[in-house]
Amino acid sequence: MSGYTFKSYLEKSQLPHMWCPGCGDGIILRAYTEALAELCLAPQEVVTVTGIGCWGKADDYLGTHAFHGTHGRALAFATGIKLGNPDLTVVALMGDGDAVTIGGNHFIHAARRNINLTAIVTNNYNYGMTGGQYSATTPLEGKTTTSPNGTAEPGFDLCFLAEAAGANFVARTTCYHAVALKNMIKEAISHQGFSLVEVVSSCPTYFGRFNVHPSPVKMLNWLKDKAVPVQKYREMSAAEQAEHFAVSTLVNKNRPDFYTTYKRINRPDQSAKGEE
Amino acid sequence: MQGNEACVYAAIDCGARFYAGYPITPSSEIAELSAKYLPKVNGIYLQMEDELGSIAAIIGASAAGKKSFTATSGPGFSLMQENLGMAIYAEVPCVIINVQRNGPSTGLATRPGQGDVMQARWGTHGDHPIIVLSPSSVQECYDLTIRAFNLSEKYRIPVILLSDEVIGHMRESLTIPEVEDLIIINRKLPLVPAQGFKPYTPEEDLVPAIPPFGTGYIVHISSSCHDESGYSHNAPQTADNLVRRLHKKIEANQEDIVQVEWFGPEDAELTIIAYGVISRTAKQVVINAQANGLSVNLLRLITHWPFPDEQVTQALKKARAVLIPELNLGQVVQEVHRLNSFNTPVYQLSRIDGEIILPSQIMQKVEEVLK
Repeated sequence: MSGYTFKSYLEKSQLPHMWCPGCGDGIILRAYTEALAELCLAPQEVVTVTGIGCWGKADDYLGTHAFHGTHGRALAFATGIKLGNPDLTVVALMGDGDAVTIGGNHFIHAARRNINLTAIVTNNYNYGMTGGQYSATTPLEGKTTTSPNGTAEPGFDLCFLAEAAGANFVARTTCYHAVALKNMIKEAISHQGFSLVEVVSSCPTYFGRFNVHPSPVKMLNWLKDKAVPVQKYREMSAAEQAEHFAVSTLVNKNRPDFYTTYKRINRPDQSAKGEE
Repeated sequence: MQGNEACVYAAIDCGARFYAGYPITPSSEIAELSAKYLPKVNGIYLQMEDELGSIAAIIGASAAGKKSFTATSGPGFSLMQENLGMAIYAEVPCVIINVQRNGPSTGLATRPGQGDVMQARWGTHGDHPIIVLSPSSVQECYDLTIRAFNLSEKYRIPVILLSDEVIGHMRESLTIPEVEDLIIINRKLPLVPAQGFKPYTPEEDLVPAIPPFGTGYIVHISSSCHDESGYSHNAPQTADNLVRRLHKKIEANQEDIVQVEWFGPEDAELTIIAYGVISRTAKQVVINAQANGLSVNLLRLITHWPFPDEQVTQALKKARAVLIPELNLGQVVQEVHRLNSFNTPVYQLSRIDGEIILPSQIMQKVEEVLK
């Protein structure tokens, strides 16, 4: 054993964290740091890249290398970091706003290129940091502070999006399933190519209060009931599926990652076409 | 060779190994040549989905230790502004080449312009310093690209090479020095132990020695207000100290950063202040004027920002009049007005139709002024 524990990756002087009581972020942070410990990765080998938002504050509490960038651009920064030093383990922590709303373009292209990094996306169906406005994952008719009567936009399915764009590894769970989450993160980090872990999370302060329940416990139970293993989900009727979402590993491919492919095609001794 | 091509050779010669960009006229040759040559030196060319991602990727690669650059033109440069501020604030070196074209908006995509002088200075939000260099020949595209990387590494700040369509596409012969004869500056590394290391502790020159990710040092880089540890910190004094230090590290080294060229008689009656493609026109005017018995010289701005206050002040003090021809409705001229406490008449000559200002047009203005 490496002797690492989840605490090896936390910056204790920065705690306690600022997240609301009942927020899923603390559970996800614990799962992430436990996954790093079980993978025996030194904090010096890991770069945690964050965006902006509640989950984007996670780097504040981490003792790995960290790059806290601008809203929506985490995957673009992470792409540069990974290609700048392919030996680093690069993990991007993003919310639904960062990953697929303002940063949707980078999300699909990082998946398409198959950059060898892991995205852990906390999906709490709204913008928590700015006061509970709707995002691109807020479900149709979901109530938020900018959709008081319900949003007229349907939400993205992150995992479908990543799969369609070409991601090698796609998995979903919730912050209720803490152990499954840790294992999923471990698998995602170990998997070559672009890996996505979507963590459906609870925001009792806003999304829960307006749409489900303001109680953190009730929110966790709501997530537990909504989440259905993918095999079972596939056997459900369309009406049942609409009330649930599939969890566990959804995509597991071994397409070569961008760097491997780039190096294969562009050998230093190769003369490009049209060379004088 | 072309100006745009010279930029790529210079970047590779001084050690740049990562390019991320989005093709845009009139800068695309920089992308194309980078795609061709970077793999030969074990570098990477990456075509991003847009310019927001392009600048983010070069900032990321630089934080991971690679000298990195991108190239663009007006519309793409506009998209880069947010993360340009991030690189300034987080002190990540990188080079951005903006081959200016006529604007605003899509404008005349294939025609030259000089409308981005103020955007290069003030395009990103908040108070910030910046270094901007302006080449006026193919040789200078090479030399100033090297210089851009050197200044960027030395002061840990993005440097913008503000070229233009004519300089970028023009072909001239140039001298490329042997790589071992080049002066190449690489960012400094910390000399203190990794234990308790604070990456943003400024050294005597006010520049922190931030190692790349992946060494024994833990590095925390943040776009949020941060203290010396790199972790976000919201105290008023932290915010004040940081932004003032960022300014001071550039202001204190004005002499090292600012470059100009004087051309023509020392004590001329009229000084033309010009840069980029128009400084070439102005040079011809200085030569023609001399032949016609008119006393004209040129102050060519090689460094745009920080602004050459001292040299421009000197021009305003000495000359009877100052003339600023630019391919915009007056951007550098405003800075000249700011420095003019001598009541020296300042004249402006603008052209924004996508054509360059001809020597005859400047000459006509010179004759009017000196009449």
